[in-house]
This record gives sequence, structure tokens and C-alpha cells, in this order.
Amino acid sequence: MAERILMKGNEAIAEAAIRAGCRHFFGYPITPQTEVSAYMAKRMPKVGGCFLQAESEIAAINMVVGAAAAGVRAMTSSSSPGISLKTEGISYLIGCDLPCVILNIQRGGPGLGGIQPSQADYNQATKAPGHGDAHILVFAPATVQEMVTCIFDMFDLAEKYRMPAMLLGDGLLGQMMEPVEFPDIQITPTEKPWATCGHQNKRKHNIANSLYLQPDQLEQKNRERFQRYAQIQATETRAESFETEDCDVLVVAYGASSRIARSAVMTARAQGLKAGLLRPITLWPFPKEELRKAAQTAKNVLVVEMSMGQMVEDVKLALEFSKPIHFLGHTGGVVPTPAEVLNQLKTIAGGAAQ
Amino acid sequence: MLNRLTDTIIVAGHYGSGKTNLSLNLALRLRNEGKPVTLCDLDVVNPYFRTADFRPMAEEKGIHLIVPTFAGSNLDVPALTGELDARLGKGDCVIIDVGGDDDGAYALGRYAPKILQRPYTMLFVVNFFRYLTRTPEEAAPYLADIEAASRLSFTHIVNNSNLAGQTTRQDVEESIRKAKELSRLTGKPLLFTAVREDLAPSLPREDIFPVGVYVKTLWQE
Repeated sequence: MAERILMKGNEAIAEAAIRAGCRHFFGYPITPQTEVSAYMAKRMPKVGGCFLQAESEIAAINMVVGAAAAGVRAMTSSSSPGISLKTEGISYLIGCDLPCVILNIQRGGPGLGGIQPSQADYNQATKAPGHGDAHILVFAPATVQEMVTCIFDMFDLAEKYRMPAMLLGDGLLGQMMEPVEFPDIQITPTEKPWATCGHQNKRKHNIANSLYLQPDQLEQKNRERFQRYAQIQATETRAESFETEDCDVLVVAYGASSRIARSAVMTARAQGLKAGLLRPITLWPFPKEELRKAAQTAKNVLVVEMSMGQMVEDVKLALEFSKPIHFLGHTGGVVPTPAEVLNQLKTIAGGAAQ
Repeated sequence: MLNRLTDTIIVAGHYGSGKTNLSLNLALRLRNEGKPVTLCDLDVVNPYFRTADFRPMAEEKGIHLIVPTFAGSNLDVPALTGELDARLGKGDCVIIDVGGDDDGAYALGRYAPKILQRPYTMLFVVNFFRYLTRTPEEAAPYLADIEAASRLSFTHIVNNSNLAGQTTRQDVEESIRKAKELSRLTGKPLLFTAVREDLAPSLPREDIFPVGVYVKTLWQE
């Protein structure tokens, strides 16, 4: 068994990225993800990598564009307002079909918002991570250990599909400490015949480009990309079902909210209320099939989020409005409590029984 | 072992070594012994899981809290109040919970001239399960860096090694060996090993300080 150590979420993400072969990190500090940069600054020089604190978030994401185009594993990280600044670069990464990993440890918004935890960037990450017809892979782990395993998978999938992958965390997950183990995985670099890493006069030169002079060429490129998206939606969804086989009320929650919801579901079960939890691990692609299966016996569905209910629409669409879908959430840095979720479960179950 | 503590107790160490939880436990123990206790949050590094979160418990126990003006708020401004200056040397037992690493210790240096006027206890808190301090050799430089930044000297080492809820008796015993080696390397005596309350009875030793876990997430019971 690998050695167990105690790490903050942010530190574990940084260490996992290094172990996944990332040697190029470009960042800019912002609470509550600053530990990622601080950790990279300490560790990268020791493993022969490049840590660079850019002059801004915009500079950092454009450095990622350059590094990704050259074919290396590159990463940047920020929190909500900083991610907004990066969206232009993210769109360029998508337009150039470049793989990379982007970390968003969300805080309250909109605007400068606040430094306390939040999940209010769900729509930005899953619907419009940048301008244009575009998607990125969005992973939402719920434990420090799962953040580690997701980071490994995200670098692989980003390269497989040649697109950015975002880890959508929240301040709680970034700041909390939990025991972790790092998998002993040998990283095999993916062949990147498209990389702009020097042709040595042996092949035609590569170009990383998102500008198309003819509209029909651009349309063709977008259609090709959407075929890839369809394949991802069919094969790459991930979710965890907990006590869903016979549930009367199904809770849907991801990230730190799912930890709170899970605690409420366990108490509800102990009190005789048949509650269950469906926890999306990928937010794009959204795990529709997994959700439908988990909701089979449920009379009611409750979505719990640290936002004004940004995931509710996706839940409604996946379930095709087939049953009542309720929402419990807090925003602006306020975190729901297990007791609150439990009360809501009881209210819903009571109403359903009448 | 707590009778070796002075009125001024400084709790410092590597980032995430468990300083806030240990400070709370020390405050509660000394308060239970009937001492007037002030707990000061001097952490200018960490945004979450702060002493300020425990105000209701502190007030109930009669522990006076000094916390940065904007702690736990949405404002990322580590402003300290002037109250610590006023409290030092006034007879209270003052526990100072310092931010991690030398980064956090610079704020402590601001108070060094006043602290040096009377005897003080400065505890180096170490958790050998933290990734960057897994061995005594890795932990020792943090001790030196914090001393340089704070312009104060550690008087003792406190072994706070834990893996949160997963800590076993064996883990603690192994960590005590490392703590003793760190003590040998640095010349600072080991004051005690802090152990989760439910685990402490399995370690019948004199140098064990049982601690409650107060710093935790909402879903931990």
C-alpha cells in the first residue's frame, strides 16, 4: 500500500499534477486556491519543472496555450474571478484543439464576490467556458483523494480528446485536509504528431490555430469537434450512486455539497426515511443515464448546491420533468448544513405521503 | 507537563500542522484549571478553518478571543487588531495561534520585542504525516525558518502527528520516535504528543496530551 499522508486539497492537486507528468505550471495567486501556486513554486524546481507566476490570469492562460501547443502537460489554476479572465484563452485552447488542465477552486460571486466557498460557476464551466461553440471536460471530485485520481485521468482524457479539462472544486475542498495516497502510476507520454515542437526538416510544420478564413471551413471544424463531444457524452460520464436502489427521495449534489448531502442521507436512512444520493463526478458530460437510473424509484428529487440552483435545469432535462424537482441552496459563501438538508428531505417526504 | 508553560504561549509550525486545533485545546484545558485565558488568532495566511469560527464555544467557556478584524468574512484582508499588545503581560494566560511557516511567523515578529520582556513558551507543532515534513530532517528547517522570521526561539516541540480520523495507535508510536529524533536534531525538548481523545487511552504514557477535534468540516460529526 502506498504511504498515507495528510494534505490540503490544493496541495494534493498540485502534487498529483506533478506526478501525472505536468512540468509546466503558470499561475497567479487568488484565495482560496493560492496553495496550488505556493506548492508548485516549492516543488517544481525540485523536479526540473517550470513554475511561473504570471503577471496576470490572462498571461497565465496564454502561457498554457503556448506550452500545450508545444505538446507538454500544462496546467493553470485560479478561483472564480480569475477564471473569468481566463475564458478568452480557454476558448483559444478549444479552437486550437489543445489539451491542458485548468483548476477552478470556486469562491462567491458575481464580481469580486468573496473568498468563502461556492459552486456558482457551474454554468460558466459546463455551458460557456469561453465564446463560440465549445465545451471542456468538467470534473467535480468530492474528496481530497478523488481530486488526486481525477487529476491523473484529466490529463489523459484532455490529451485523448485534445481539449481542456477543468477541475471544478470549491473553497472547502481546496482548503480542507484529508489523508491521501498517491497511485504508483508510470506515465506514458501520448504521441502528439500535431505538436509545434520543431519539425527538424523532417515533416511539414504544425500550426496551432483557431482562425479560419472561410466560414465553411470553420463550420466543418466545429462539426468535427461536436462529433467528438457526442462520443464523450456517450462514453465518459461519471457519477456515484449512494443508497439509490429503493429511494423515495433522491438528492443530487456534487463536490462539497455532496458530502453534506451524504451526511443528511445517512441520518435520514437511520431515521427510516428512504433517501438516496446521486453524485455527478463529471458535470460536462452530465451523467444523464446515471441520474435516470438512480431516480427510478424516487417520487421526489432534491438538488443541493452552493449556488442559486444552476444544476437544477440539467437535472430537470435529464429527468424530462417526470417528477417534482426541488432545490436547496446557499450562495455567496454560505454553506448548507446537513441538518438543513435533512429537514428539507423530511418536508418533501411528508408532503409526498399526504 | 502543562505546568512548564508560561503565561505567554506561542503555537507555531508548518502550514497545516494542526496549530489552531492544538491552541483551542490548550485554551480549554488552561481555562478548566481556572486560569484567565486569552486566545489570539495571529494567522494571516489561512482563509478558512480559523479560531474565529469558535467564538460561541470560547464565549461559553469564558475564553477571551482576539481575532483579525475580517476573519471568516468575505474580505481577504489579514488586518490584526491592537489588542494583543494590550493583553500581553497583564496576567492573563495568552495563547498565540500563529500562521503557518515563516510566512505566518513574520506577523509574530512584530510582537517579539514585547514578548521578549518576560518568559515565554514557544511550541513547534509538527505533524509527520504532512507531505513536506515526513521526516525529522524535513521538519527541522521549518523550525529554523520560523525562528528567523519571528525573531523568537522555540522552547519545545509538540508532536501533533495525525491522519485525521484514520490515525492508529501504531501511527502515533511511530511519530513519537520521529519527534524524539527531531528533538535530538534541534536541541528542543519534546513537551508532549497530542493524541485524539478516543485514541489516548490506548497509549498509556505520561507525555500524551489528549485533544478534542474542533477544527473540522460541516459533515464530520
